[in-house]
Amino acid sequence: MAEPLRKEDPIDLIEDPLLDPEPATERPLRWIGTPFRRVDGRAKVTGTTKFADDLTFPRMCHVKLVRSRIPHGTIRSIDFSAAEKIPGYLGCLTGADTPIPFGILPVSMDEHALCPDRVRFVGDPVAAVAATTEDAAYEAALAVIVEYDSLPTIASVEQAISTPEPRIHDYGDDGNLHKKVSMRFGDVEAGFAAADRIFEDLFFYEGNTHLPMEQHATVAVPEDDDRVTVWSSTQTPHYLHRALAKVLGLPASRIRVIACSNGGGFGGKSDPFNHEIVAAKMALILGRPAKIVLHREEVFYCHRGRHPVTMRLKTGVTKEGKITAHHLETALDGGAYGSYGVASTYYTGALETVTYDMPAYQFDGIRAFTNKPPCGPKRGHGTPQPRFGLEVQLDKIAVALGQNPADLRLQMLVAPESITANWLQLHSVSLDRCIEAVVTGSGYRERWGNLPEGRGLGLACGSYLCGAGLPIYWNHMPQSGVQLKIDRSGCVAVFCGEAEIGQGSDSVLAGIVAEVLGVDLSDLRLCVADTDLTPVDLGSYSSRVTLMMGNAALQAAERARDLIAKAVGDQLEVPADRLVFAERRVFDASDPSNPEKGLTFQDAVIAAEARFGTLGTVGSYIPPRSPGKYRGAGVGPSPTYSYSASVVEVEVDPQTGLWRPVHVWIAHDIGRALNPVLAIGQVEGGVYMGLGEVMMEEQAFRRLPRHLSNALVHKFPSMLEYKSPTFLDMPPVTTYLIEDPDPQGPYGAKEVGQGPLLPILPAVANAIYDAVGARVDQVPIHPHMVLKALDAKKKGGEPRYGPKSFPEVDFGETLIVPTPAQGGNGTAINEFRSKLRSGMRGVATGTMSTRDEALRQKKALTTKLEDR
Amino acid sequence: MPPGWTSLIFDVNGESRAAIFPTHHTLLEVLREELALPGTKHGCELGECGTCAVLVDGRPILSCLALAADMKGKKIETVEGLQNGNTLHPLQQTMADLGAAQCGYCTPGILMTAKALLTENPSPTDGEIRAALAGNLCRCTGYHKIVEAIEGAAALLRGEDWVAPREVLYGAVEPGREG
Repeated sequence: MAEPLRKEDPIDLIEDPLLDPEPATERPLRWIGTPFRRVDGRAKVTGTTKFADDLTFPRMCHVKLVRSRIPHGTIRSIDFSAAEKIPGYLGCLTGADTPIPFGILPVSMDEHALCPDRVRFVGDPVAAVAATTEDAAYEAALAVIVEYDSLPTIASVEQAISTPEPRIHDYGDDGNLHKKVSMRFGDVEAGFAAADRIFEDLFFYEGNTHLPMEQHATVAVPEDDDRVTVWSSTQTPHYLHRALAKVLGLPASRIRVIACSNGGGFGGKSDPFNHEIVAAKMALILGRPAKIVLHREEVFYCHRGRHPVTMRLKTGVTKEGKITAHHLETALDGGAYGSYGVASTYYTGALETVTYDMPAYQFDGIRAFTNKPPCGPKRGHGTPQPRFGLEVQLDKIAVALGQNPADLRLQMLVAPESITANWLQLHSVSLDRCIEAVVTGSGYRERWGNLPEGRGLGLACGSYLCGAGLPIYWNHMPQSGVQLKIDRSGCVAVFCGEAEIGQGSDSVLAGIVAEVLGVDLSDLRLCVADTDLTPVDLGSYSSRVTLMMGNAALQAAERARDLIAKAVGDQLEVPADRLVFAERRVFDASDPSNPEKGLTFQDAVIAAEARFGTLGTVGSYIPPRSPGKYRGAGVGPSPTYSYSASVVEVEVDPQTGLWRPVHVWIAHDIGRALNPVLAIGQVEGGVYMGLGEVMMEEQAFRRLPRHLSNALVHKFPSMLEYKSPTFLDMPPVTTYLIEDPDPQGPYGAKEVGQGPLLPILPAVANAIYDAVGARVDQVPIHPHMVLKALDAKKKGGEPRYGPKSFPEVDFGETLIVPTPAQGGNGTAINEFRSKLRSGMRGVATGTMSTRDEALRQKKALTTKLEDR
Repeated sequence: MPPGWTSLIFDVNGESRAAIFPTHHTLLEVLREELALPGTKHGCELGECGTCAVLVDGRPILSCLALAADMKGKKIETVEGLQNGNTLHPLQQTMADLGAAQCGYCTPGILMTAKALLTENPSPTDGEIRAALAGNLCRCTGYHKIVEAIEGAAALLRGEDWVAPREVLYGAVEPGREG
C-alpha cells in the first residue's frame, strides 16, 4: 500500500476549557430563527452603503487598462507617445512593471497583472495609464498603440486536444490540456456487469457569467513609506492580500486590504484581479491614491464564470432502480488562464456521490486552455453541470423502468452519517423530506404524466458544500477567526475577516454574537473584511461563511459569556452556570425566591472588566479531517452538505418551442434557518439564477469574418445582449425551509447560498419532457432545440436535442481507490505507479513545474520506488 | 465658462446645488462626482440595467443616458432624498425588513422607480409592479421580495396596516408538519 504523498492533515480544533457548550437554562432564542432586518439593511435602502467606487480621496487619480484586441499573440511594441500628450496624463505601466506571476491556486500561478509578452484572449490587459480625471485616463488608454504578432487561436476543447502546439501556457498536463483527472472508486466493471439496464447519455452545459450589478472597482491609497491600503470589490480579501504581497514584492504586513460591500459576487469576485494589482502598483509609483473602475464590457472579460462542460454519463441500474455503477466523464472549456480551474475540474466529479447511493463510481475529467476569458467559480462551482446530467438521466431511467421519478430517487438516497464511495463524510441528510415537500406541494405524484399536452412537471435534486474542507493554499491555521472586544460602554465590537457580498454574512455574524450575549443587534459594532484589523476569514466562496465563521463567532461569544458570567456570578453569589444572558441583562432565572436577580449587560461587563482587566476573546474554526487521502481527495470534503429538491411546472408551445416556467416548488435542507427571511431570499435568488441559466444566459463566442482578422471574440459583452431574467420572467416560487439541525453547524445551520440553484435546471428539462415529450440534453434550452427534438419525434427518430459526441481524449492512468465498503483506507493503491506511468506530465500535474523540475521529480520518485 | 464646460444650479432633493462640469457628462456622473450624491449607482452606463434610475420631474429616467446640462429647471430626486428626516420612506422600510435589498446595488434605482409607480398608481397589482420595474435588473433576489416589499409599502402609503405574510418571512409550511 502506497503511503500518501499529502502533507499532514490540519490539526483538529482544540477543545477549549473555557467553552461551556450548553447554556444553563433553556430559554427561547431571541435572534436565531427570527426574520430580523439585516444589520446593513438601512444603509442599503438609504444608498449609504459604501461600495468601492463610492470612495474618493484627495489627489486621487484614475487608471484605465489597455486590453488586447486579439485573442492570441505576442506583443511586438507598445507606444505611449500619443497617450503622454493627453492633458492630465500622469503615467503608465506595462508588463515589465509587474513581472511576478500570480493566480488564485498555488498550482496555477499563470497570470500577470499586465501581460509581459503574450496575450491569450480578447480583453487580456497589456498596459495601464493613469491621469488626473477618468475622462483623460480613458482618452489616454485609447491613444496607446499596441502591435501584436498573432498566434493560432483555440476556440474549443476539441481544438485544444487536436492542437497541442503552440501551447497557450508552457505548463499543464498535456499540450493545451490544463488538467487531466481519472479516478475509480470500487469495482465499476463488476457494477456494470451486475446491472439489469445500462444508460448512456451525453449532455452539454453552456458557459455563463455572474453578471453582478456592480462593476469591479478598486481604490489604492499609499501611506507612509512603502505601505498601501487597497479597498476593493472582492469576495476574498485574504487571498487578494496574498496576491498583492507576492506581486508588489512587499511584506504582507505593509499591505492592508479592505473588502467593501460587494454589489453582488456569485463567485465572480473571488480571484485576485489584474486591476486590483495595477491600482496598488500605480498608487505606490505615483504616490497618490489611484482608482480603477471597470466598465461593463471589461466585467465580461474578467469573467471566471461557469465552465462550458460536455459530459458523458453511464449508469447501471437494477430493474428495481438501484444504481450499481456510475461513470462520469467531463470536458471543461477553461478559457485562457488557470483561475480555480483545477478545483473546478475535480468539482465536476466530486459531488456526484453525495445524493444517491453509488457503490462504484468512476470519474474522468479534462480542462482545456482556450483563447477566451478564463472560467472559474460561479454559484455551484463545477457541480451544476454534472448535476444537470445526472438528474436528467435519472428521469430517463425512471421513465424506462416505469417508475415515478420521485419514488426512484427516494429508494436510492444516501444514508445520513455515511461515507461515500469517493470518501466524503456525510452528516445530516434530509433530502427525503425535501422531495416529499415539493412532491406533495406540487401534486407531482398525481399530476406528473397526466397533464394536458404543453404542460409538464419536472423533479430534480441537488446537494452542495457547506464550505470547502481545505483552504486554497496548504496551511494548518483556522479557516475563520472572530475576535470580540467588549468594554464598560456595553458595546460589543466584533471583528472578522468575512466579506459581505449581499448574502447577509454580517447579519449571521451579528445574530450569533447577539444571541449568545443576550444583547440587541444595535449593541454590536461590526468591523469586517479588513486585513489589518480583523482575524483572517478565507472569504465568501464555497458557501463556507455561515458554518465556518458562525462556529468561530459562537466560540468567541461563548468565551466572552463565560468570562462575564464568572465575574457576575461572584458578585451576585450565584453559580456562573445558572446565569442567563438575555434581554440585555445577565440574571439568575432559576431562583424562585428572587426571580431574575441580575445586572444589566453593561453593568455585567463593568464587573468583568474590573475583575479581569481589558476584555477580549477570540474564536476560530478548522473543519474536521476528511477520511479521503488519495491525490485529489482535497476537493469535495466539507463539514456537512446541504440538500435541495425542486419541482418546476412549465408551459411549452409545441408549435414554436417557446416555453416558460409557470411555478417553482423548492425545498432546501438548511439544517436550521438562522434568519428565515434572509434564507428565503437566498433560495429565491438561487432559483432565479438557475432559471436564468436554463432559459437564456450564455457566455458565447464567435469568430470575426476573415477580412476582419478572424479573431475569436465575445458574442455578447453587454447587458442588453447577454440576456438575464427580468421581473416579468420570474414565476411564483413556493419555498420550504427544511429544518433538521446539523451538529456541525452553528445552531445546526447549513448553507443556503448555492445549493438551491442546482435542481432548477434539470427540473426544467424534465418538465419540458413531461409537457411535450422532447428531451433537450443541454442548457440553455432555446425554443429551436425543443422544436428540433419534436421534429425528430415526428420523423420517428429519438425526440432529443443535444450533443452527439464526447471529445476523444486520453484521461491518463486511472487512480484506483478502494471504497469504504471494500475495506479501503481512503488512499489509492496505485498512487506512485500512476504518477510514474504518466511520467513527467503526471508529476507536473497542475503545477508550474518546468520540464527540468518535472524530470527531477520523476527521478526522485523512481529512486524512492526502487528503495522500497 | 471655458468651451466644453457647463455651469448649472440643480434642484436636487429640494435643495439648490451648483456644479461646473464637462458638458458631455451625464446626470449620473454629475450626481456622483460633483454633487457628492453617490447613492445613485451605475451598472452599465448604456441604459441597459436600470441601476442608475432617478426621478426627473417625478418620472423615472436613466441618469446614465441623460445629460446633466439638460437639467435646467427640472426637479431631480435621488435615493438620498427619499427618507423624511431620520424616518425611512415606507418603500425603504419594507425593502429593508424583507431583505429585498441583498447586495443593495440595484436598490436605489428600484426604490426611485417604485416611488414613481406608487405616486401614479397607489394600488398596483403584482403584474403592474413587475411591468413598471421590468427595466431594473437585480441579480440577487429573484425579484419576489422586492415585489412583496412594494406591495407592503403601497398598503402603508394608503394608510392601511401591513404585516408581512407568514410565508414571506418563514417560507411555506412543510406538508405534514402543519400546526
